[in-house]
Amino acid sequence: MGKQKVTLRVNGVSYEREIDPRMTLGDFLRHEIGLTGTHLGCEHGVCGACTVLINGLSGRSCLAFAVQEDGSEITTVEALAENGELNILQQCFQEHHALQCGYCTPGMLMTLTELLRDNPKPSEKLVRDTLGGNLCRCTGYAAIVDAALDAAQRLAAAREA
Amino acid sequence: MKPAPFEYHRPTSLAQALDLVATLENPKILAGGQSLVAMMNFRFVQPDHLVDLARIGELSGIEEQGNVLRIGAMTRQRELEFSDLIARRLPLMHAALDHVGHRQTRNRGTIGGSLSHNDPSAELPLVALAFDASVELASRRGKRRISARDYLRGYLETALEADEILVAIEFPCWREGHGFGFHEFARRHGDFAIAGAAAMIELGAGAIVERLSITLNGVGATALRLDETEAAMIGHRLDSVLLRRAILAEVERLEPVDDVHATADYRRHLAKMLTMRAIADAAQAAGAPMARI
Amino acid sequence: MGAKHFGARVQRIEDPALLQGKGRFVDDVKIPGTLHACFLRSPYAHARLRSIDASRALALDGVIAVFTSADMPERMQRERMPMLVPNAAIAALRTQHALAVEEICYVGQTVAVVIARSRYIAEDALALIDADYEALPAVSDLKSAIAPGAPVAHADLPNNIASDFKMEYGDVDGAFARAPHVFEESLWQHRGGGMAMETRAVLASHDSASDLLTIWTGSQTPHIGRRMLSDMLDRHIESIRCIAPDVGGGFGPKAIFYAEEAVIAACALKLGQPVKWIEDRREHFICATQERDQYWDVAIAVDDHGKILGVRGALLHDTGAFVPWGIIMPYIAAATMPGPYVIPAYRLNVRVALSNKVATTPVRGAGRPQAVFAMERLLDRVARELNIDRAELRRRNFIQPEQMPYSVGLTFRDGKPLIYDSGDYPKGQSEALRISEYDSFEERRKAARAKGRHIGIGLANYVEGTGLGPFEGVTVRVLQSGKVAVATGATQQGQGTRTTLSQIVADSVGCRLEDIVITVGDTAAIANGVGAFASRQAVNAGSSAQIAGTNVRKQIVALAAQALGVAPDDIDIADGEVMARTGNKPVLTFGELARMSQGMPGFSMQPGQTAGLENTAYFTPPQAAYCSGTHVAEVEVDLVTGGVKILNYSVAHDAGNIINPLIVDGQVQGGVAHGIGNALFEWMQYDDAGQPLTTSFADYLIPMAGDVPSCKIAHVETPSPLNPIGVKGAGEGGTIPAPAAIISAIEDALKEFGVHVTDTPLTPGRLVELLTAAGAYDELAFG
Repeated sequence: MGKQKVTLRVNGVSYEREIDPRMTLGDFLRHEIGLTGTHLGCEHGVCGACTVLINGLSGRSCLAFAVQEDGSEITTVEALAENGELNILQQCFQEHHALQCGYCTPGMLMTLTELLRDNPKPSEKLVRDTLGGNLCRCTGYAAIVDAALDAAQRLAAAREA
Repeated sequence: MKPAPFEYHRPTSLAQALDLVATLENPKILAGGQSLVAMMNFRFVQPDHLVDLARIGELSGIEEQGNVLRIGAMTRQRELEFSDLIARRLPLMHAALDHVGHRQTRNRGTIGGSLSHNDPSAELPLVALAFDASVELASRRGKRRISARDYLRGYLETALEADEILVAIEFPCWREGHGFGFHEFARRHGDFAIAGAAAMIELGAGAIVERLSITLNGVGATALRLDETEAAMIGHRLDSVLLRRAILAEVERLEPVDDVHATADYRRHLAKMLTMRAIADAAQAAGAPMARI
Repeated sequence: MGAKHFGARVQRIEDPALLQGKGRFVDDVKIPGTLHACFLRSPYAHARLRSIDASRALALDGVIAVFTSADMPERMQRERMPMLVPNAAIAALRTQHALAVEEICYVGQTVAVVIARSRYIAEDALALIDADYEALPAVSDLKSAIAPGAPVAHADLPNNIASDFKMEYGDVDGAFARAPHVFEESLWQHRGGGMAMETRAVLASHDSASDLLTIWTGSQTPHIGRRMLSDMLDRHIESIRCIAPDVGGGFGPKAIFYAEEAVIAACALKLGQPVKWIEDRREHFICATQERDQYWDVAIAVDDHGKILGVRGALLHDTGAFVPWGIIMPYIAAATMPGPYVIPAYRLNVRVALSNKVATTPVRGAGRPQAVFAMERLLDRVARELNIDRAELRRRNFIQPEQMPYSVGLTFRDGKPLIYDSGDYPKGQSEALRISEYDSFEERRKAARAKGRHIGIGLANYVEGTGLGPFEGVTVRVLQSGKVAVATGATQQGQGTRTTLSQIVADSVGCRLEDIVITVGDTAAIANGVGAFASRQAVNAGSSAQIAGTNVRKQIVALAAQALGVAPDDIDIADGEVMARTGNKPVLTFGELARMSQGMPGFSMQPGQTAGLENTAYFTPPQAAYCSGTHVAEVEVDLVTGGVKILNYSVAHDAGNIINPLIVDGQVQGGVAHGIGNALFEWMQYDDAGQPLTTSFADYLIPMAGDVPSCKIAHVETPSPLNPIGVKGAGEGGTIPAPAAIISAIEDALKEFGVHVTDTPLTPGRLVELLTAAGAYDELAFG
């Protein structure tokens, strides 16, 4: 079956590729354009490791075909730090030891990036509910929740400053 | 876990989409993809053609038409979740959406996709049945409208014909001030329910039940209504003993499945308990508090 | 030597890369021309493979090859996979072939491998392979496996008993005969998995110019993998390099050397092209090793005050179809049961049964969660029957700190007498009770009951043998750039190995943390290595880091003293700079000294001077170091649904000296989450024919953020005398007692109904069954 031409904007850069329609967005990011920060953990839409922002909204890149997203704006974990400087959420992850093996981390960061954008002052319950879409086997979540709440405060302080 | 090959089609109008599903061999409609793509990755489903409805603007949106809310099939669960109109006119749906998947899946999943996948534990089919919603189906042969009850035919099965597309779902709103309750039990928040129950009540003078809807998921091949219990209570005051007896008797006759998540007995147990909780909430909200469990 | 970093909450050096998506997991490694593999796996739990016809698959565009056993190197056809830990008590020394030769013994066993241009095409080809099987009777359930007349898991074996042994000391029968009270329990713990978020992964590439075969593998034990590959491929070990790059979680199942690793390496050699295999999640559910399925029939004898007189019973362990790691888990389980308690007499008869399911090998805890569950269930029973507070009963039976070192009377899996090296169990428990506010729980219960809520509290204790040998090595080398290179056979799957070893080396050598360049999990970096399992790396590699770092420091001091013309004890080292305390001498940098240490071409070295500033240490622990701890769980049970919510969770943990509290807290919290999974959620289910039923994350439930509370953690530090840094393992203690503590709390919440729990995971459905039998719903039904 024929290949199809698509253009996706990923982290502000346009990528035009001829691809097999069945290629998932996750595989497109990882293997077609070499952005391997997005990880595939289950390929059936439960673990959330592959979460990216699709036109600003979190989504599982294993449950989307790249052809569906022709013309879309995709944001991945690679976009978070600026010039190698960790952003506030990333810093909070390091300070609170919110990652161990680091495999689920990119998905966690993308989910929380959306959450903190849409809910600048989330409750712990909202953080935990929202993280329900991201599995972590190493941390037991506590440090991730702490990091998210701390980041919310520091982002608020940064906005006021 | 990579899907089998298929050809991808992205119509921009309903007419184009109908042409495609009518003429292609082994097509499958792609809505939000949150169940379908997972099943394709497992290769449980292997369509030769995928018809993506995402770029058909006319299939999306929430519209108030008098006492009816018409929701386009491609309306994302996220839009329903944050819609003031839904929160005001269909509060049961608003409450149920909190249990639908996770942030990432609600961002992409659609109401039409959920109703067409028709998982017996899903929330949106339950809501459609609870409201006696009707669905509008289109094909090149024309349009037809059937009740949600007729549409939700069985386990992962609907009345959608091979050449048809679900266009919209119409929800008749209940009177302002009606009571509603929704309880479901899942092993973890956001998982498909083991069982769930929704209740809506309209009370008349003297707290007489004028209108009652009791809907369950997880205990049958698809969502189902407790018709007998509803009939037994309409025209009467809410009596917790009579209500319990009616629920226990009707649920006892249900035949849910035994699977890796729960036994049939446990599903029936939950159905009874959650129904009582849901009705208690609904009664409370409608102004006729009753004993809770 | 100043301990500037040791003991500090140092942020991890691993994090910046991982947080920016710059980690390097196996599937992130790209080599042009790489081919992709996919395995044809048995759909039957027990079958004879009659024939395979791959012609239709080979005709598919993009398919390069389909290989069966006959295409593998001769040794892989002839011999089975190596057994890592043989033991004289194993009756059936049985492992699988890399690719099935004839008999197949579990669903998912490797039958053939497809090599194609992409994984997508390789999966397309799978459906086109015609494999013909003759189905054989399969045995699935553990108890059925030992029943008379059961089908045999292997057609040529007389029965399903893989091993039958006894662990015993003291006069058990006498103790039970004399005891005023004897209580019995029958317990069952189900199968679960490690479920690392990264599945297994292998990339093999052969460089013909150097004849070097490089394997990137998501493994906990790349050095062991290299040894296995050397045997199976008949290649000398220096021509194989195994690299475990970033690995997305281990938890035990990645300590195994798998058939897939050998097959992918063989394919890369055969095809002369790199070959990659990334396990998918369904494969991980079906054929990565699992653990936990055990039946325990145990009894305890106590006096009127609850003092333990003896413990005895039988343990039945499911090893699955093969015994790749021998009988380690039931052995550990049997040795763990006595725990922190004085038990005068003990006997456990252990039986290991074969079944037609994927093999069991250690998963975080490795037999200990089951053993602790058995012991603590018995103690809860005693407390209830004799009406003694559960914490008080345990206090009465603790081994006291002054009894250390304490000889239990058994032999541990390391072949050494089971001697607890150190520990303060009464203190551990009292710390846990304190932070959990155990003493005021009854007030909380009363307040909750007034609102119709059912809450309960439970506790559990454990002692865990950690830091097992044989060794782990660390090389420390000062580079001419002034950086300090550290290399180790230790590996990392999230434990922060790079950070903790860097802390130790920075302190012992005298440099800044950021000057350390560390290589882990690469067989090219250090000659000998073992890897991650049994909470062993802090003890083994940490001690080696300390020894090697100290030795290099001595070399630096000697060289600097010589260069500056001062006495060695006049030399100070700080932040990679070396100076004399007296006299107006120039400051020497590590880089300058490293250059000096190379000597000059053609000139002799100074007497006593070593070439380079470098040392390799292989610390070999004399025996296990025993960590310990107490967990207290506080839960709420919703009677209506059987749902359990963990309200509070407290851990007092003794891992000896702590290198990095930030990391140890993370290990504890993460371990508890896994334990919650075992207690309430995780159940790998099979049908009677051995078909796995829970093969997705929608069916096999691991705890989510809403299911795991943030633990309160107290550290009790009794240093181990067995290693130079006084540490014990910390990776598994979070998991081990969690099911016991949680189940105890659930029973406590429901004590008015007399509900008695004997199985884990305890599902809400099972709890409702128990509550129904206890009449909890009678009123509702007839109200």
